Amino acid sequence: MEVKIIPAPQTALPTSAQPISSELEVRIRKRFSNPEGSFNLNVHFRALAGFTIIFGASGAGKTTLLDCIAGLTDPDDGRVAVGGEDLYDSEKKQNVAAWKRRIGYVHQDLALFPHLTAEENVAYGLHTLRAAERQTRSREMLGLFRIGHLRDRRPAQISGGERQRVALARALVTEPRALLLDEPLAALDRPTKSSLVGDLRRWNQSHRVPILFVTHNGEEVFALGDEVIMLDGGRIVAQGQPHEVMRVPRLETIARLSGFENIFNATVVALHEDRGTMTCRLGKDGVELETPLVRADVGSRLRVGVRAGDLLLATENPRGLSARNVLPGTILRLEQRDVIISATVDCGGTEFEVHLTLAARDSLGLGPGKSVWVVVKTHSCHLMGM
Amino acid sequence: MNWEAFWLTVRLAVIVSTLLIAIGIPIAYWLTYSRWRWKFLVEAAVALPIVLPPTVLGFYVLVALGSRSPLGRWWESLTGHTLAFTFEGLVIGSLLYSLPFAVQPFAASFGAVDSSLLRASASLGHSPAQTFRRIVLPLSKAGLVTGFALSFAHTLGEFGVVLMVGGNIPGVTRTISIDIYDQVETANYSSANETALVLLIISFVVLSTVYSLNRRPWVAGPWK
Repeated sequence: MEVKIIPAPQTALPTSAQPISSELEVRIRKRFSNPEGSFNLNVHFRALAGFTIIFGASGAGKTTLLDCIAGLTDPDDGRVAVGGEDLYDSEKKQNVAAWKRRIGYVHQDLALFPHLTAEENVAYGLHTLRAAERQTRSREMLGLFRIGHLRDRRPAQISGGERQRVALARALVTEPRALLLDEPLAALDRPTKSSLVGDLRRWNQSHRVPILFVTHNGEEVFALGDEVIMLDGGRIVAQGQPHEVMRVPRLETIARLSGFENIFNATVVALHEDRGTMTCRLGKDGVELETPLVRADVGSRLRVGVRAGDLLLATENPRGLSARNVLPGTILRLEQRDVIISATVDCGGTEFEVHLTLAARDSLGLGPGKSVWVVVKTHSCHLMGM
Repeated sequence: MNWEAFWLTVRLAVIVSTLLIAIGIPIAYWLTYSRWRWKFLVEAAVALPIVLPPTVLGFYVLVALGSRSPLGRWWESLTGHTLAFTFEGLVIGSLLYSLPFAVQPFAASFGAVDSSLLRASASLGHSPAQTFRRIVLPLSKAGLVTGFALSFAHTLGEFGVVLMVGGNIPGVTRTISIDIYDQVETANYSSANETALVLLIISFVVLSTVYSLNRRPWVAGPWK
């Protein structure tokens, strides 16, 4: 499985992009602290070429993990290897210095050098090359990231999205053997985000290296992920394809992370094996929901998670819907968050959080006290063990 | 106006502040990045000349330079004369006397460089020494200028150390401040006033040059 590559000396790197393949192996134990206390980071995984998302709430150990891989922090013990070459091995007492590792690292705060222009920033990592080649390569990369026109500006003179591009270009131009991205898109608006992701993907097609992409944003996981590693309290709690890890959460911590605004304790009241569903009662005597069938007995207790964005609101009792659950209720309050309206709806003692657009609120004339029907598709109900 | 004393003083100040750039940068580097647990002792020792009476410092330098100390004997065997009461001795005394005025601004500006820049530089394949040269030093320009100017101005006006180490030999160790003292002693107030005024103006010019150079040059402006 391990692909052995012989790292070429930097001066001999080809000017044109040439596919190389490598694999990142990480086995790390490290004590770290966050505001909530002290944790043990204890992870073991392999990342192949392409995007691997490291997903977790803040304080889960994501940045500590990247720092250990980059060599900026020493693990307590373990092994870090890229393309079969050991960068850190506690048994062999091996620890390659960060500046010799050739691992690209873009931190959330970007850390552009304020006294250098965009072009000088990008050329910074090419210091072993001759000046002419350094210029060719950095201009090529500035062009690829569509920031060629900014090359003589300093970081303070360009926008946030442009700074992000400079930081990425600066890391990629050195042709790293692996790339670590610590929430590099966190501060960007959605269109900028997706165009940057496109640029990254394009680069990754010609440079087959592992990219570890840290985020706490569930949306980015679906947009990017080939493989997701879910971190919680320093441990890997789930790993796999985005839809496996995110859509069918098995642990409630994951459910909260991946955007289940509605989580209810529930009791199974009836099984409908013929149609592949079952009926669950929410809370003690709340409403009943038809949910997908899982291996459970009548009377067993579980949790139901529903995303606020998966719920529909109707101002009249809807007919002819495929959705199995239509629950009458009353709007308690509306809150605006950016461009989303979050409505809290009381359905016979069970409160649902429903996300709407501004336009939907206005055209339906929604407001507190209004009678509405909440529509819940069976397959929007995600079941978890207690 | 005693021009001989004036140029001697300027020569002393230029030599001392230039040497302090060379000596002060490694010391400040070590003070900034060392994790040695007893580092604070070195910090305190470097800062001593700020609080020590110049005569105390001058006295110990005189003893250390004299023919009874190893340093003094070594210098004597090398050159045939002692260090005490010479211009070279004055340079050594002034180096110690002005050391904190160079090292402290240097260390403060090195320490103020955002550590995330150092980490980024390492990830881009630069050794700590390369990072220091290409990131820390350029971003510490303000501190370097300040340290240079402060040690220059401080050496320009020293009195106690000079008197203890150098004495008062015209053309060799008689600096402006000693010259002013001499003139006041002989009730020559108008000449003392003239020299004092020159010293005052030079000090002001040096400091205002520092502050004008230290207006942050690579911030685009408040509008950003």
